[in-house]
Amino acid sequence: MQKLDPNKWIDKYSDYLFKYTLARVSDYELSKDIVQDTFFSALKSAKNFEGKATERTWLVSILKRKIIDYYRKINSKKGKAEVRMNFYNDGDNEGDWLEERVPQTWDNMAEKQLENKELQNQINSCIDKLPEKYAMVFKMRTIQEIDTDVICNELEITSSNLWVIIHRARTQLRRCLEDNWFNK
Amino acid sequence: MFKKLNITCKQAVAICDKSQYKEATFFEKIQLNIHFLCCKICTKYSKQNVFLTKLCRNKSNDDKKKQISLCMTPGEKEFLKKEIEKRYVKE
Repeated sequence: MQKLDPNKWIDKYSDYLFKYTLARVSDYELSKDIVQDTFFSALKSAKNFEGKATERTWLVSILKRKIIDYYRKINSKKGKAEVRMNFYNDGDNEGDWLEERVPQTWDNMAEKQLENKELQNQINSCIDKLPEKYAMVFKMRTIQEIDTDVICNELEITSSNLWVIIHRARTQLRRCLEDNWFNK
Repeated sequence: MFKKLNITCKQAVAICDKSQYKEATFFEKIQLNIHFLCCKICTKYSKQNVFLTKLCRNKSNDDKKKQISLCMTPGEKEFLKKEIEKRYVKE
């Protein structure tokens, strides 16, 4: 039977929980808040701890709950103004590119550009401009390279949901890059 | 058989996004490449998508380097510790 020892939580788990959170919400202050919140909730429900799992697993499961709560919150507030999809939806043209959304030519899209610091900064600011829920899913998948089914489980979304979000995030990123970099 | 190889741009783009994460199936990749033969726009989209992925991967590597040193400051930890002790005694 495992016992809880809250006085040691900070030393033992705070770094791990913090990194776990930061990887998902990518905001320093927010991560601190969520971790703090997790510890406090854990204290409140300490009575319910049955000792079936280790202390750490138990804390992580609470943390996951907090992250989902956060995701739900931003999901209901933001992103209501949906991006229009790129395609016709009727008639013979179904599934074709709309004239105005056609990808534009990107000048000097060369390999060596990838090393460019300014371009790197530009992509960072473009990602920051994404609606929060798109940014969260996109970053988890692309930057933290977390597996699709893990993300779906953690955020309680379906995989087709995830792909739509990824596609929209990518569409917005390309537009942002087009406006601020390639066709400047 | 041939009908299955014909896909719309919408489907092509979806496969293209998936393949950025190595999640497109072999058959989907064949469909995609056949579509590329007759659609310049999707070819362009795909190239740019690859570029975007590489950009993000660079960022990913940068972030990982930075994150190693990133955690809560000792002061913040100390504060949380006291807060937890206070609340724990009350319980």
